[in-house]
Amino acid sequence: MKRVVTLTVNGEQRQALAEPRVTLLELLRDGLGLTGSKEGCGDGNCGACTVLLNGRPVNSCLVLAVEVDGSDVFTIEGLARSGALHPLQQAFIDHGGLQCGFCTPGLVMVAYALLQENPHPTEQEVRMAIAGNLCRCTGYDKVVRAVMAVG
Amino acid sequence: MSSRFIGERLARVDAPDRVTGRAVYAADISLSGMLHGRVLRSPHAHAYIKKIDATRALALEGVKAVVTAADFPALKKGGVIARGEVELNLDHIRQVALAHGKVLYHGHAVAAVAATDPHIAEDALELIEVEYEPLLAVLDPEEAMKEDAPLVHPEQRTRTRDGTLDRPSNIAATYNVSRGDVEEGFQVADVVVEHTFRTRTVHQGYLEPMAAVARADPGGRITVWASTQGNFSLRSQLASVLELNSSQVKVVPVEIGGGFGGKLNSVLELPAVLLARRTGRPVKLVMSREEVLRATYPAPATAITVKAGATADGRLTAVKMRAVFDAGAFPIAPVVAAYLTSLAPYKIPHICLEGYEVVTNHPKIGALRAPGAPQGAFAVEGQMDLLAEKLDIDSLELRRRNATQEGEPMPVGRAFNRIGLQPLLERVAAHPSWTTPLKGPHRGRGLAVAFWPGAVMPSSCNLTLQDDGSFSLVVGSVDLTGTRTTMLQVAAQELGVHPSKISVSVGDTDSVGHTEVSGGSRITYTMSNAVNQACTRMLGLLRERAAAELEVDPQELEYDTGIFSSRVSQDKRLTLTDLGRQSLRRGGPVTATGAVARMQPAPAFSAHVVDVEVDMETGQVKLLNYTAFQDVGRAVNPTQVEGQIQGGAVQGIGWALMEGYQFSESGVLQNANLLDYKTPTATDVPFIDTVILEIPASDGPYGIRGVGETPIIPPLPALANAIHNATGVRIRELPMNPEALFHAMQGRGG
Repeated sequence: MKRVVTLTVNGEQRQALAEPRVTLLELLRDGLGLTGSKEGCGDGNCGACTVLLNGRPVNSCLVLAVEVDGSDVFTIEGLARSGALHPLQQAFIDHGGLQCGFCTPGLVMVAYALLQENPHPTEQEVRMAIAGNLCRCTGYDKVVRAVMAVG
Repeated sequence: MSSRFIGERLARVDAPDRVTGRAVYAADISLSGMLHGRVLRSPHAHAYIKKIDATRALALEGVKAVVTAADFPALKKGGVIARGEVELNLDHIRQVALAHGKVLYHGHAVAAVAATDPHIAEDALELIEVEYEPLLAVLDPEEAMKEDAPLVHPEQRTRTRDGTLDRPSNIAATYNVSRGDVEEGFQVADVVVEHTFRTRTVHQGYLEPMAAVARADPGGRITVWASTQGNFSLRSQLASVLELNSSQVKVVPVEIGGGFGGKLNSVLELPAVLLARRTGRPVKLVMSREEVLRATYPAPATAITVKAGATADGRLTAVKMRAVFDAGAFPIAPVVAAYLTSLAPYKIPHICLEGYEVVTNHPKIGALRAPGAPQGAFAVEGQMDLLAEKLDIDSLELRRRNATQEGEPMPVGRAFNRIGLQPLLERVAAHPSWTTPLKGPHRGRGLAVAFWPGAVMPSSCNLTLQDDGSFSLVVGSVDLTGTRTTMLQVAAQELGVHPSKISVSVGDTDSVGHTEVSGGSRITYTMSNAVNQACTRMLGLLRERAAAELEVDPQELEYDTGIFSSRVSQDKRLTLTDLGRQSLRRGGPVTATGAVARMQPAPAFSAHVVDVEVDMETGQVKLLNYTAFQDVGRAVNPTQVEGQIQGGAVQGIGWALMEGYQFSESGVLQNANLLDYKTPTATDVPFIDTVILEIPASDGPYGIRGVGETPIIPPLPALANAIHNATGVRIRELPMNPEALFHAMQGRGG
């Protein structure tokens, strides 16, 4: 039985129908056409689907769509404003903090959440914050440097 | 022309799309009327398929089709496709896509279903009834080699140097390769060591699960969007199995979320095409992570015994390698590569390989970044350290004394052309990461050396002058590691224009010449040659156009930064913008192609130095410092080169310390998720320092060498050597996780 889910996504109010078994990630990707959030594992172990739910980073593959009714969701698509990249996005580009880019939306979102709480993180604080986000290409070196460059 | 753009840290041209979520990967594709597919997989490691009944599944609301291997055209025997230097066996590709008659590993694809919704497709899998007759599973390669072992392929005969044996066997191939006489070498050795090193099956661990979208047109044309390292190779595979002309299959490029060698062979595309044909609608298939781990192409488990001899003054006299590779359900394993790459760094008078490629009821193995080399180096570099210890010679010094050079024979095949191993080792010897003493308890430093010969495969591109004097470059290679950006740098360099005047894109298989897979550390090397060629041709064509317009002899014109001007009269000049405009009025648009088939390989060496601290209570290894030295020939884009080295090193660190398939006694993978199959996180590794040497390769433009493969090799032995230095314990089995290290330290008596 599908249910109506009303939520705010990147500042816009959206409505979609979702079966109870549909995840927030599926709702974003398939229901709302926001394919920037990626599914790398489907069980919360890789972080590629990270979005901010009411301001906090979550693995959107572990959240059911019906749970987010009335919530505020912020995704990678919302970070650049009026076509201008967020400084964090620019830092990932400038420091070579991405290769295949599949983990990048999740990493950017979790780093964004870190910088909101802790604008000047140390190397270890960055590493801890992104420890739930797997990247297989970069070895994390340039990702950590990119985040620290913004902080 | 000065090298203005080669060596620049140009930001990746595709990066803005990737940081904003706009980059499109196969799973992001959505087409009108598209169906969603799922694959039914075997619950047995080895069984006959007696019957498949999809009646109940097809009755489920929303289910549109179920396909099995019976839907393939009959296979012509012995079909193979040449792919670079490797042949792809069509029968194996087909059987991996959908099992016929027999399932050969747990998770082997049996049937595929298409439905209006992915959840309905998932529900339908449970309604497909399959009757199996389980068989004894063949899981241990050493057991599988025995004469009375149950057979994975009863028809398989062993390929040997002297022909094919006449008795069925799980040994798909034996390899006997030698130079000199090892027994003679061991006789003159003062020290001989012999040990067996074991590695487990590991996965590439690309973040993007395999995905494919297929569309079948009523006219018979197939269009595919897929997560693949080779659009043209995929096209050949699909066309061959489906008995179509290559030109009837179009593969459209999408971004690829990591491959590392694991996305060379098709898996999902064939079932997707069969479903699209059956339903007349586009079909998308996306794997779960569990499916990725159970049923794609991981890297092989190995057991490699290395007997090595050296004189008292540290000269290697002989090395004998016995290698057993678990190829999984179908043949082809990088046995010779393990031998070639691990012995290549050293001048050794007598060497030999006794290699076995064994099929088992595990998933078919595939390539993983320098296939075979990490396993070989784990054994050989471990023995080098042991020899150094026994001879009381510094481990770097032992390697320097034996380091190979230009003109020396490689272990297999020709002599080395220009290589940079000796300068590389000199750089290590002078570097603080090696010279700074490592203080503190339970700390140790490890060193290892690695080699990758560099692959060469066909590459193709088209370069077009646009109407305003800007250029469009279309390359045939999948952009795995920044190809569009490095080729932009090459084109800007050769055309003498700013990169903003050139756009680079990856062409579909209709729009550019056949370009082989992005793999083997070969794209920058070979594609830059093709781009170079296209640019030279373009400037030649434009020179003629300009000469005709200006009514001068072409030789009278000089070209610099976008302007042709006469050496004789200064007012006679034409810009690229002029030529672009004029091309539409006279002569027509200008396109130049570049195509490369063969070049000399560009061999590359690296050496890694790692400092560790071992927790003696728990066996936990902490990495303190990590430095990777590599001869890259010429770093076209240093940021990308560093990124390749850092990423490769961390992948190797994962292989060394944490990763490994754990199969149950019935052949079921026990750690088929990313919690239990643990890969390195940001907290597991330090910054990876890179030291880049640029010793130009003999062939190809700018002296480029491939970069991507070698960095994954040294971490395995370097960490084993560092752990030994820290604890006194030599680990010869991966992964060296806390449990293994704890038990090893206990076994030693403390």
